[in-house]
Amino acid sequence: MPDAIVSIRNVSRRYPGGVVAVDDVSVDIEQNEFFALLGPSGCGKTTLLRMISGLDTPTEGHIYIGGEDMALTPPNKRPTNMVFQSYAVFPHMTVAQNVGYGLKVTGVPSDEIKRRVAEGLEMVKLSHLADRKPDQMSGGQRQRVALARALVKRPKVLLLDEPLSALDAKLRDDMRMELTRLQQTVGITFIIVTHDQDEALSMASRIAVMEKGKIRQIATPAELYEHPANKFVADFIGKVNLFEASVVSQKGSDVIANVKGLGKLKLVSDKACGKDVTIAVRPEKLKLSDAAPKVEGIVKAQATVRDVAYYGDWSEVVAEMADGTSVSVNVQNEKRSIGSAAKRGDKIWVSWQGTDSLILTE
Amino acid sequence: MAGQLKPGAGPLDYGNRTWLRALFIGIFFILYMPIITLIAFSFNTDKRGIVWRGFTFDNYVKAMTNDSLIEALVNSLVIALIATVIATIIGTMVAILLWRFKFPFKGAFEGFMALPIVIPEICMGVALLLFFIESGMMNAVVGLVWPFNLANIIIAHVAFCFPFVAVVVRSRLVGFNRQLEEASKDLGASEWQTFRNVLIPFMMPGIIAGALLAFTLSLDDFVITFFTSGPETVTFPVKVYSLVRRGVSPEINAASTVLIVVTIVATVIAMKLQAPEKSGH
Repeated sequence: MPDAIVSIRNVSRRYPGGVVAVDDVSVDIEQNEFFALLGPSGCGKTTLLRMISGLDTPTEGHIYIGGEDMALTPPNKRPTNMVFQSYAVFPHMTVAQNVGYGLKVTGVPSDEIKRRVAEGLEMVKLSHLADRKPDQMSGGQRQRVALARALVKRPKVLLLDEPLSALDAKLRDDMRMELTRLQQTVGITFIIVTHDQDEALSMASRIAVMEKGKIRQIATPAELYEHPANKFVADFIGKVNLFEASVVSQKGSDVIANVKGLGKLKLVSDKACGKDVTIAVRPEKLKLSDAAPKVEGIVKAQATVRDVAYYGDWSEVVAEMADGTSVSVNVQNEKRSIGSAAKRGDKIWVSWQGTDSLILTE
Repeated sequence: MAGQLKPGAGPLDYGNRTWLRALFIGIFFILYMPIITLIAFSFNTDKRGIVWRGFTFDNYVKAMTNDSLIEALVNSLVIALIATVIATIIGTMVAILLWRFKFPFKGAFEGFMALPIVIPEICMGVALLLFFIESGMMNAVVGLVWPFNLANIIIAHVAFCFPFVAVVVRSRLVGFNRQLEEASKDLGASEWQTFRNVLIPFMMPGIIAGALLAFTLSLDDFVITFFTSGPETVTFPVKVYSLVRRGVSPEINAASTVLIVVTIVATVIAMKLQAPEKSGH
């Protein structure tokens, strides 16, 4: 019997007509984790979440919650509660009735309902709006109602389907903090579905990146960013410069590769690489300089600035190397000056530490 | 020719054009003059009801004390009430069926369901008459005690009223967010609790609007009732018809006015309930 709070074993969801939404997924989610399912739209992350809640049924595989197989447990009997993307707050009930609904239908005594509803509203700071109807509230407030409504049920697992996608930018940041705070206070396992990498990176303790119904990597946010397991993850999380390369020789962890546009490079890899690999390096690891850097053992190439995008605290510089490959470089605007470091058409040098780049084999 | 637009009037502000207003008033007059005349003459003192001789409430008193007219009115109201309740339940169930489930020949079923709306009333009346005669219900019902002797009429009324309820409730259901249903189940509610606590309150404006529509349709139906009523059972429209054959009397005007008022009130409520909610979401 699995001891993870949620254990997904070889779960697939096939639809009639040959569409496979979730394809042989296995993952264990531990007690008290803030777990994110991240991926582009249509990758199967929401289907997976719905199968955990019981609103959808796997065609193959098993889902265990708290060690119990959920195959024959309908959604209303599962120890999970969901915050829906549309919030799904009942329009004909007041805020307090909404929050108390899940307790009322399961026969909790009315004085206990009253107490727990008050607690729940307190938790999401909505006590003053208890008698309002949802149509007199903002999107952010309705979201809090949905959260309180799910949390007063004291589920083992709280499921959140794109909880921040309908909020405007400022509110989204507040809510992000709020969710992290709540998760730490209530000590419930949170599973969140999102297509927004910033959301996943900033909130989650672990992230599963999904593509076409499969999990491509499960790791902590920093691991995902600095050690992506494959090209898809490297490209999906943050920006990345990818170079095609062929391995010339490998001795232990020292690899010599012939990189397109850069020539022969000394790189590091802790696993055996095949012949054809991809070299990945993040834009902020790259440096710009006017003259060729004199440091030994770094990767360097001459390039022409093609485009500069200014974002206030940093700028993105796109430069083109001699063979036509373009690279992105992120430059921090550390000095207070009008006019950025590079201009279109400037001849510059791009360089980075070989150890900051990564060899991807798939 | 369209006149000069007034300053500030948009291109679609037709209401600001004099000739259109005149046309509107003219059409309105032609359409509603007969009804206004009928109501006005219900207060006439003239017995023949053709020339205006003075204002009185006597006709209403006379109509109230006319036993056969009152009996017909009570019959009509009882039929309308019972038929509305049954038609509303069946219509709502059909609406949910069509909205919720996929099944073979669903399109055909939907078409057949809506047939009573488009089929000529006279055909429906004849068909129902034949059905009641062939099944022996025509004779079986006659001997029953009131209101069971109205059973045939009630069945006929349910048959042509329920599609209207179904159409109204169905159109309300189109706007239902399925996540509300899922949220209810996710929060621990059973299928039945979800139905009662979430779906029914959502459908309620549609159900009431459909019921009022069914009520007005049943109350003033003449053709189908005429075919399916037995010799002993008379409804209000049928009674009015038989009285008018012996000449129009202000009494009928008075009784008709009462019917018009009941119908208008029901229709206004139905329209109010069907109007889209004005909340900004």
